[in-house]
Amino acid sequence: MSSDSNSGCGKEDCGCVSRRTVMKGVGVTLGAAAFARAIAPLTEWAQNISADEFLQKHYKELSLIDLKVVLRRLEKETKEHYGADVTISDTKPQEGVKFGYALNLSVCNGCRKCAEACHLENNHDRPSNQSYIRVFEMQKGSMDMEQGNAHYDKPVPQPDKFYMPVQCQQCEHPPCVDVCPVEATWKEPDGIVVVDYNWCIGCRYCEAACPYHARRFNWTKPVIPKEEINPDQGYLSNRIRPQGTMEKCTFCLHRTRNGRLPACLEACPTGARVFGNLLDPNSEIRWVLEHKRVFILKEDLGLKPQFFYFFDS
Amino acid sequence: MSDSSEASPSSSRPAFWRNFGRFLGNAALESLDGGKLFYVWMFCLTAVFLVGANAWATQVRDGMALSNMSDHVSWALYIANFTFLVGLAAGGVMMVIPAYLYHDDEMHDIVIIGELLAIAAIIMSLMFVICDLGRPDRFWHLLPPFGRLNFPVSMLSWDVIVLNGYLFINVYICAYLLYMRYLGLTPDPRWYVPFVFLSIVWAISIHTVTAFLYCGLGGRPFWNTALLAPRFLASAFVSGPAFIVLAIQVIRRAVGRHFGDGPIRTLVNIMRITILVNLLMVISEVFTEFYTGGAHTSSARYLYFGLHGHNELVPWIWSSIFLVTTAAVLMLLPSIFTRSWMLNLACVLAFIGIWIEKGMGLIIPGFVPSTLHEIVEYRPSAIEWKITAGIWALGLLIYTLFIKIAAGIVLNRTKMHAIPDEPTAADASPSPVPNS
Repeated sequence: MSSDSNSGCGKEDCGCVSRRTVMKGVGVTLGAAAFARAIAPLTEWAQNISADEFLQKHYKELSLIDLKVVLRRLEKETKEHYGADVTISDTKPQEGVKFGYALNLSVCNGCRKCAEACHLENNHDRPSNQSYIRVFEMQKGSMDMEQGNAHYDKPVPQPDKFYMPVQCQQCEHPPCVDVCPVEATWKEPDGIVVVDYNWCIGCRYCEAACPYHARRFNWTKPVIPKEEINPDQGYLSNRIRPQGTMEKCTFCLHRTRNGRLPACLEACPTGARVFGNLLDPNSEIRWVLEHKRVFILKEDLGLKPQFFYFFDS
Repeated sequence: MSDSSEASPSSSRPAFWRNFGRFLGNAALESLDGGKLFYVWMFCLTAVFLVGANAWATQVRDGMALSNMSDHVSWALYIANFTFLVGLAAGGVMMVIPAYLYHDDEMHDIVIIGELLAIAAIIMSLMFVICDLGRPDRFWHLLPPFGRLNFPVSMLSWDVIVLNGYLFINVYICAYLLYMRYLGLTPDPRWYVPFVFLSIVWAISIHTVTAFLYCGLGGRPFWNTALLAPRFLASAFVSGPAFIVLAIQVIRRAVGRHFGDGPIRTLVNIMRITILVNLLMVISEVFTEFYTGGAHTSSARYLYFGLHGHNELVPWIWSSIFLVTTAAVLMLLPSIFTRSWMLNLACVLAFIGIWIEKGMGLIIPGFVPSTLHEIVEYRPSAIEWKITAGIWALGLLIYTLFIKIAAGIVLNRTKMHAIPDEPTAADASPSPVPNS
């Protein structure tokens, strides 16, 4: 200790406390109190996080019983936070199925019904009008997306334009999965890249890595009126995502794994969308891949998307 | 610090680890002691830190929507500062290399200033990462065996390891040297020299891995360049020494002793080269971008000249180029060694210039235009500035305390009372702060 601080009464080691030491103590105490006050919002925030949620294991480490408990807890929390009765299921991938999606640019008219259906089906935040699909109005004769416009506001289709919806391309080599530091996102056996919303730490590295702008972050707690909530939910797909986590298109796996079609396809009025099992030689998607002039976006990156574009002629 | 190979007298051994707690207590008390100016400085830093802490707590509660980041610009001011600070931490090693590789004795005496800077900078950069997380409560998911660290595939998992490793190595070296000094013992080179050499390699690794975070992303052509890691290192070896020179100048005033002329000369000589290498690399990159042209140039065009009427970053980057170029010219003038105002100015200009270039000038153009070529601009929100200022204030506060502790021990003000102040102990190791 410096000799200064022992000089309270002028005697060395007399055991009494100097004025300076008292002032230091007061200063440190005041500082600590001010700090506690400053971080008070954290306690309000922590009230919304249960111990079970905090300690929840990674999806792949949950036993069947654990998973059931988690699903029931999430349903209860949805009721508490949003007032809606929902059913959250966890349908596993089917054997011998690998999903693929194809989109006919010759018939897409840019109506954005697909983006709207995605918004409703996947319980997206209402104020931001979020959707996993972005539709670009493109100049005919060019594939240069820099000339495209995702914010067009005219009757469609315009005569000199064509329209290109972009969503998650479910890459064979997804860079978003590689970069995730906590394995919160991975590729399922049926080819769908999913996110464990309860494991994601919100670092947004996957969003930086995705070349298709396919990931969305929950910058705030999603706002959805109770009556608009889609009650048919999946753990890895359309359940309401927590604040501060990443989400993405899952080919509506809560529907498609149960034999239904993605919401965007059902909503498409022109029949531009084709969805199916790439491993089934008799599927419609296989027919498209074999008979149409098909291309994929940003092929040079070598990510092998399972989302294909084609033209009729 | 001292590098004497003489073994310490075995008679002093009993005090060895038992007194470590007392050492920490004494150091803490000593560090809180100072003059009026010191208290004003600490008060201001604490105040700014508290504002930042409150802003962060609010951001965690209400969501990152309080920042001006978006799905288009998903990393911004926090990650910009993180990147720069990793460089600052790596730059601290520029004192270790001359001291230990080239046996620069005068540098030996004050190399701890750089090592303590590395510790403070790593703490700050880790705090910037925490502030950038949407779910800081889930940070434990990174910690095996409870979490699942995606090692070795994710570059971020590498970064977690190298940053924490660098922090640990530097904390160990500094604590060991200061504690030995506190006990009045001579440090045993076997217990710290290997770690010093490890820290040299490690310093390069932290900034290389941080560069790989960005240049490994094929979908972002602005970052996807092999020159990124070398550029990071070159700029780090400017900003680190610049900060250390400024720190030495301040310490010289506070301590009132004349030391550090030789080290400052060495550091300026280092900066003279690294700042030119840095400028050369900027020119190389700008050339390949603009001479070739094409779609890949969009981000660089946005950064330097603006794109389709969007030019948020243009004033930033040109002021950075102006600051760094001016600093380079000043450093090359021979009178830099005699006029300390010129030296200080050059260091400040270089530091701010690199902060812009390695911060906003690197991160934001990676996102503008976005991967689907949409242009969404970004300007930090008030809450982002508050958190950033708070972390910088805390970093400076930590660094001030570290330097105070080190100075107290090195100047023999803080020491183990149980061991008598024998001349033998002090003579065994050369005085770290030579009188001149």
